Amino acid sequence: MRSYITLKTALSALRRNVMRTVLTTLGIIIGVASVITMMDIGHGSSLAIQKTMISIGANTLVILPGALSTAGINYGAGSMMTLTPQDADAIVKEAPPVVGVAPIVRARTQVVYGNRNWVPTYVYGTTPAFLQVRDWSDLDEGEAFTDHDVRNASKVCIIGQTIVNELFGGESPIGKEVRIRSVAFKVIGVLKKKGANLMGLDQDDILLAPWTTIKYRVVASSISNANQSTTNTSNSAEVNTLSTIYPEIQQNLYPVPTATELADAPLPIRFTTVDQILTAARSSDQIPAAIQQITTLLRERHHLRATDPNDFNIRDMTEITKAMSATTDLITKLLLYVAMISLVVGGIGIMNIMLVSVTERTREIGLRMAVGADPGDILRQFLTEAVILCLLGGAMGILMGRSCSYIVSVVLHWPTAASIGAIVAAVVVSATVGVIFGFYPAWTASRLNPIEALRYE
Amino acid sequence: MTFAEEPLVDLIELRDVHKTYFLGEVELPVLLGVSLNISRGEFVSLMGVSGSGKSTLMNILGCLDYPTSGEYWLDGREISQLTATEQARLRNRMIGFVFQSFNLLPRTTALENVRMPLTYTQENLSEHQMNERATALLGKFGLADRADHLPSQLSGGQQQRVAIARSLVNNPQVLLADEPTGNLDSRTSAELLQTFQQLNRSDGLTIILVTHDPGVAQHAQRIINIKDGLIEKEGRPLKPGGAA
Repeated sequence: MRSYITLKTALSALRRNVMRTVLTTLGIIIGVASVITMMDIGHGSSLAIQKTMISIGANTLVILPGALSTAGINYGAGSMMTLTPQDADAIVKEAPPVVGVAPIVRARTQVVYGNRNWVPTYVYGTTPAFLQVRDWSDLDEGEAFTDHDVRNASKVCIIGQTIVNELFGGESPIGKEVRIRSVAFKVIGVLKKKGANLMGLDQDDILLAPWTTIKYRVVASSISNANQSTTNTSNSAEVNTLSTIYPEIQQNLYPVPTATELADAPLPIRFTTVDQILTAARSSDQIPAAIQQITTLLRERHHLRATDPNDFNIRDMTEITKAMSATTDLITKLLLYVAMISLVVGGIGIMNIMLVSVTERTREIGLRMAVGADPGDILRQFLTEAVILCLLGGAMGILMGRSCSYIVSVVLHWPTAASIGAIVAAVVVSATVGVIFGFYPAWTASRLNPIEALRYE
Repeated sequence: MTFAEEPLVDLIELRDVHKTYFLGEVELPVLLGVSLNISRGEFVSLMGVSGSGKSTLMNILGCLDYPTSGEYWLDGREISQLTATEQARLRNRMIGFVFQSFNLLPRTTALENVRMPLTYTQENLSEHQMNERATALLGKFGLADRADHLPSQLSGGQQQRVAIARSLVNNPQVLLADEPTGNLDSRTSAELLQTFQQLNRSDGLTIILVTHDPGVAQHAQRIINIKDGLIEKEGRPLKPGGAA
């Protein structure tokens, strides 16, 4: 009851001088609004930075098969054949921190158009998800192949800018046919220019096709491809249904290891394997969770016992991720500090006005004390007024801040994102500012001598 | 609320009260040993020229100030050494103040002004109860239709009556009036003094009227003259309380 009366008294005291109340609150309004706007813009720009980083590949996780080691010879990462397209499907279904999964079949081979030829750095057989994972979905020209093309092993491809220059001399390649190991691929799309990656490799020197096409029609034997140290010999095909359609290709459905290998390390038979799986975590802070979940999932799928080592490796871009989170952290903190300064300034405004108000209402304070208000009552009353001012300012500030960030996003096309955290922080901070800056004037008021206060002119 | 039926005991007793102000190094003695008894239901005038110490005495009587030495018994309790909070509670419960300049809260209705002391009571009254008490008091002073008026919309006499209503809202034992007629014309003053007399007679309220005006002081049953920090003389011998 008493606190309700205190609240009412404070409100009517504030109502008595509306203009001053509004002007005082303005400091806090601007402070809170700038905190909210800054946080929203900061939040938005860190989202934008994250997006940029994704296109660099910061969140990318590469899953490689394990290293095959036989007779003391280690064939290096990716030489084991343990990953299947089904693994990729399972990952995207069962690991929530992952956004997209693309199985990749690699080839290093010549591409021919007319009288020109070129060996691209990357000839990748994959799925449309590759473009999503690498944030490359916007094509320069044409369109990407579809999942349907992947199922059908369609002979279509999309190529990077470097290949357009090398093979087509800059003219539009859409609808033209290039040959890869005597298989004609129709070019249906051209990728946007991406430049070199962090290691200096030209990312535009790329040809993408459905992985089924590359696997079954181009790469004769994936083990010979996966392991560059073994010579790519077309082993005599035993049973090959595809060879009737494509007589020039010697397709092995099963890997054909040497006799020694076979004896030492019997490979698990999987009908189809891929060279690597490319995936991306939803955001940089979800990378550890993604790695953990994929590891668990793949161990389960590969029926590994607890004592067995992983038959695959997961690589992440640790360095880039670190740099990224450091950058966004820095930006958010910087903006927050700037906004905090304006809140402090607003708080000082409140203190100033509350001091004036105490002086102005000295007689009222004296009277209230004379009729029985104890120092605590007076302290509480003025503190309540200050906190109400600040909370009022906080509420207005939230509205103003949200509309500001909306305007910014609409007019300037800056990315903004509402952050609930900022709103909660703004309310807490403005109440705190009210208490801190309201305390001194309220304390001054409560220390007044009632006799002198009553005589004050 | 008639105190007249209660046994006549001394409501207020001052014993050799001294008050000295210390202005830096300089000592400024204001009260030089005042002893005073006021019975329940008395109407006393405290007279003196300015600088005589009557304001200081009134502040001590009103629990707004501490005596430097001496004892102050109010309603059977020695209260000269209370803390600020205890003093405030005591003022709230026991003492009503009426000031020369009314001291109503500006831009606040008469009703809210009268109700204001109730917000500092220890008993938890609901807002409804507060309003009821305040409205009843306003009615008693003929201001029922002015409850929603602001002080600026009231005449001086009306404002002072609102102030009296405010001082009585907590049913105090003592009403302390500091030059209550100082800002009023003679006719309104006379009406106000009549109101005081009536409160004293019919409700048995103990009233201490501080004034420099002998004409005003005459309305009390007993006049206490203060000069240079001492009680000089007492006029009008004590009559039995309430039986004027």
